[in-house]
Parts: sequence; structure tokens; C-alpha cells
Amino acid sequence: MSLNMFVQHFINALGLGALYGLIAIGYTMVYGILRLINFAHGDIFMLGAYFVFFATIQFKLPWGIGVAIAIAGATLCGLLVDRIAYRPLRSAPRISALISAIGVSFFLENLSVVVFTGMPRAVVQPPWLMHPILIKSPSFGEIRLIPLGLMVPVISFLIVGGLLWIVHRTKPGLAMRSISYDIETTRLMGVSVDRIIALTFALGSALAALAGIMWALRYPRVEPFMGIFPGFKAFIAAVFGGIGSIPGAMIGGLALGFVEIMSIAFFPRLSGYKDAFAFVLLIVILLVKPTGLMGERLEEKI
Amino acid sequence: MLDIQNLNIWYRGIHAVKGIDVSIDKGEIVTLIGANGAGKSSTIRAIAGLVRGFKGYIGYSRSQGKPVRLNGRQPEEMVKMGIALSPEGRRILPQLTAEENLRLGAYTRDDKEEIARDIDYVYDLFPRLKERRSQKGGTLSGGEQQMLAVGRALMSRPDLLMLDEPSLGLAPMLVGEVFDIIREINRQGKTILLVEQNAFAALKIAHKAYVLEVGTITIQGTGEELLQDPRVKDAYLGG
Ligand SMILES: Nc1ncnc2c1ncn2[C@@H]1O[C@H](COP(=O)(O)OP(=O)(O)OP(=O)(O)O)[C@@H](O)[C@H]1O
Ligand SMILES: [Mg+2]
Repeated sequence: MSLNMFVQHFINALGLGALYGLIAIGYTMVYGILRLINFAHGDIFMLGAYFVFFATIQFKLPWGIGVAIAIAGATLCGLLVDRIAYRPLRSAPRISALISAIGVSFFLENLSVVVFTGMPRAVVQPPWLMHPILIKSPSFGEIRLIPLGLMVPVISFLIVGGLLWIVHRTKPGLAMRSISYDIETTRLMGVSVDRIIALTFALGSALAALAGIMWALRYPRVEPFMGIFPGFKAFIAAVFGGIGSIPGAMIGGLALGFVEIMSIAFFPRLSGYKDAFAFVLLIVILLVKPTGLMGERLEEKI
Repeated sequence: MLDIQNLNIWYRGIHAVKGIDVSIDKGEIVTLIGANGAGKSSTIRAIAGLVRGFKGYIGYSRSQGKPVRLNGRQPEEMVKMGIALSPEGRRILPQLTAEENLRLGAYTRDDKEEIARDIDYVYDLFPRLKERRSQKGGTLSGGEQQMLAVGRALMSRPDLLMLDEPSLGLAPMLVGEVFDIIREINRQGKTILLVEQNAFAALKIAHKAYVLEVGTITIQGTGEELLQDPRVKDAYLGG
């Protein structure tokens, strides 16, 4: 493979990986606190994509406003999911919340079929995001980039940086980290746990919505089941990186993005199996290091 | 300040606390002593809002005002009302640094400078914590964790400080040190409810004491009286 092709694939993988990472963070944060796999997370991603589609293409709002609306809308949906489907089950056995999560996921997907119809819709990308930039260099020839390809990883990394700042430098962040180790003691410190959990869902949902929006721009269409596979893969990325760890989720997402893009780049005949790589990665990590790359052993909660 | 009447606690059919009365006046150190499983922690946890569905009355008045009923309130509300608990087994958050544990104790407060001052105050009380301030809680020794748990409970600036077995797992020398500090905290104006296995040390600093036996209060009096009481001597002070 020529060097310029490789650079193209590299940037492509960075973008896809960053998107997996953004979704994975929502899984990892909720799991870290509640030990719950939020199956509806992929559907929040899908709703984010739909909301931006309707705002910008149906209602012709400017992209900036459309993105804001989509993130706000999907965040609200994430909060409602927690309030309606999970919070009443806080003290129930964990399996109940898990079943509820699966139910919510099916509900959101099928509701979307009813409301949005099952027909995929094309997203019209703003032209300035697609305008190719040519970089010519005598050493490795010509590289063709589009702003979107660069924007996705840059935005993702900035957002993750901001999130890490919230988690490690602010009071609600301190409470989040504390809840994930010991809910009862955290309450004894005066923390309203339900409020912090809601904040966690809000942040995770906002990130999923952002990922959904960028996904809809990259693969320019939306449909009600578009969240399932990215959701699955992002969950695997979270496990790979070490569930509960935010940097781990990003690293897991990037690893998955690279495996997917590069294996097809080098072995084009494997492209039919691209969705299987994630599961291979999952099996390998579970065999080699079951806690994931950055994972610490999770003690059973008291 | 705190008035408990006819407190009953059940766990799935176990009647753990059987109608006890306890009263705490402002400025006192009150201790609850008794054997394992007597119901000491259950009582203190009920006050902190951690026990659901107990029966009886718990009334609390922060200053001179009318007492409010604590039954059915959430633990986080209690903290805002000026009640803090350093729980049994310390419950330090292992992945947070010592200082983050203290900051968590000040969660209900927003006065940054005063919080910084109180952190210094805790470091003055327990100089060893200052050296360990950026160490992860889980890597502290048992004694250091216990100091941190007491310090953390102080960080909400409670009026009523509840300590569940602060001497648990401490070397004898350290026990004396911790009890001196408890007395010092009390002198500075905090009311203290102390649950202890170490009856001798607790009775020595207590103004008032209760002996709990399988959910019932069997003896009560001043710390001095109980130290002299032959039944207490026999059962709790090693004859
Ligand atoms: N969450 C619970 N579920 C069921 N039983 C409980 C629970 N908590 C306490 N008990 C029971 O209630 C009784 C009193 O327990 P408690 O923890 O109040 O005792 P304690 O006086 O603090 O004992 P120790 O000195 O050992 O800490 C015990 O028999 C205990 O097994
Ligand atoms: Mg106890």
C-alpha cells in the first residue's frame, strides 16, 4: 500500500474510532455507576441523528442550531429513559434493570419506525464539510482530505478532554467517581445520588447524540435501526478498554476503528466480515485480559 | 438535641432493636456500648437515614428551635441538617485521594475558602493525613483510614457527629490518640454520638452512656457511673 493511501485510511480509522469511542463513553459511565448495560444507548445515538436530520433538512434550520437541538433532544430522551425505565428499579435485582434496558431499546426502535417510518432517509451534507483539500508532498504524493474527516476526531477528542475535566476537577465529577465505588457512603456525604446518576445519563446521551450526528454526516443517511451495530461495537470497545474507564472507552473505540478500517484496507476480501472484527477483538481481550486494557478489577458492590 | 423514643428496627423478621429510648443534649458525648449484634450500628444508621421502615420517633433540633421528625428522610438531607456519620468499617473511597475524600465530605458546602480552612483543620487534628493527602484512600493504613473517616465526617461542619466504632482495628496507642481527638472535637463544640466496642475508652470520655444488649437498653447513666457499675465491669471491662 502506498503511503498516501495509508494516511487516508489512518484518518478514516481515527474518525470511525473516535465515534465508537464517543458512544462507548456513555456505556462505560453508566456501567461504572449502576453496573447496568444501557441497551437503549445506541438508540439515543439514532435519535440524535434523526433530530439533526429533521432540524436541518426538514425544517431548514442552520446546522449549528440543528446540532444544538438534536443534542438537547437526545439528552432529554436519555434522561427520560433513566427516569422511567431505570430509576424505579434501582433497588431491584440487577437483572430487572437489564431486562428493562432491552425493552426500552426495542421500544425506541419500533417507536421510531412508527414515527419516522422505517424508510432510510438521505442526509444532505453541508458542502463546506465535503469540499476536498488536496495536500501534495514530494515525499508521499497526494492526499485528499475533506474537512469532515478531520473534524470528527478533533471534536471528539476535545469533548473527551472536557468530559475528563468534569469528572476529575468538578464537584459533580467527584460525586460520580464516588458513587461508582460506594453508593451508600456517597449518600452519607450529602450527595443526591439520583441527581448525579441523571447527570451521568445526560452527559452520556449528549455524547451519543453528537456521535449520531457525525455518523449521519459520514454515512449520509438515517434509519431507525442505525444505532444497533454501532451500539454493539461501542459496547465492545468499552469492554475492550476496560469498562468504567473513560480513557479506556476512547482507546477501545480507536482500537476497533483501526482494526475495522485497516484490515479491510490491507485485505479487501475481508470486507464482508467487517462487522465480525469487533467480536473477535472482544473474545481476544476477554481471554487475555478480562478486565480490559485500562480496567481495574470491579469489586462486587457492598 | 436528639430524642429517640421507642425505636424498633426489623430486618426480614429479625427484631434487631426493640424499643429503645436515647436522648442526647447539645455539647455532650454520648456513647452506645454493647456486644456484637446488639443493635448499635442499626440505631446509628437509623438516625443517619440509612434504615428504611423503622418504627418509633426520632426528633432532632439543631439549635433552640422546635424538634423536627427525622423519620423517613434521606441520608443526604440529614447531612444538610447538620448530622454526619463516620460509618462502621470506615468506608473510605479507595480510588479517591485522601484529600478528595475530605472534599467529598464537604459536598453540601460551597464556601471554598472555609472548606480549605477546614481541610487544614483536619490536617492539624491528624498530621499524618497531611503527608498522605494525595495518596489513594485504598492505600492508606487502617489507622490512617479511620482518621480520614472521622475527618471526612467533620467536613460537613455537623452539629451532631456520629462515630461508629472509630477504634476498630487500631493499635492500642492509636486508640488513645483518637479518643483524645474525639474529646478535643467535643470541647470545640460538637455534640458526639459514639458507638464503641472498646467500652473502657468510650466510657472514660462519655458524659452519658447506654449499654445495649440484643436490642434492648439494659443499663444507662453517666460515663463515670457505668465505669463503676459491677455489671458493666463484669461484661465489658474484663472483670
Ligand atoms: N442489613 C441487614 N440485614 C439483615 N440483618 C441485619 C442487617 N443489619 C444488621 N442486621 C442484624 O441486626 C442485628 C444488629 O446488628 P448491628 O449491626 O446493629 O449490631 P452492632 O451492635 O453494630 O454489632 P457490631 O458491634 O458487631 O458492629 C444483628 O443480628 C445483625 O445480624
Ligand atoms: Mg456495628
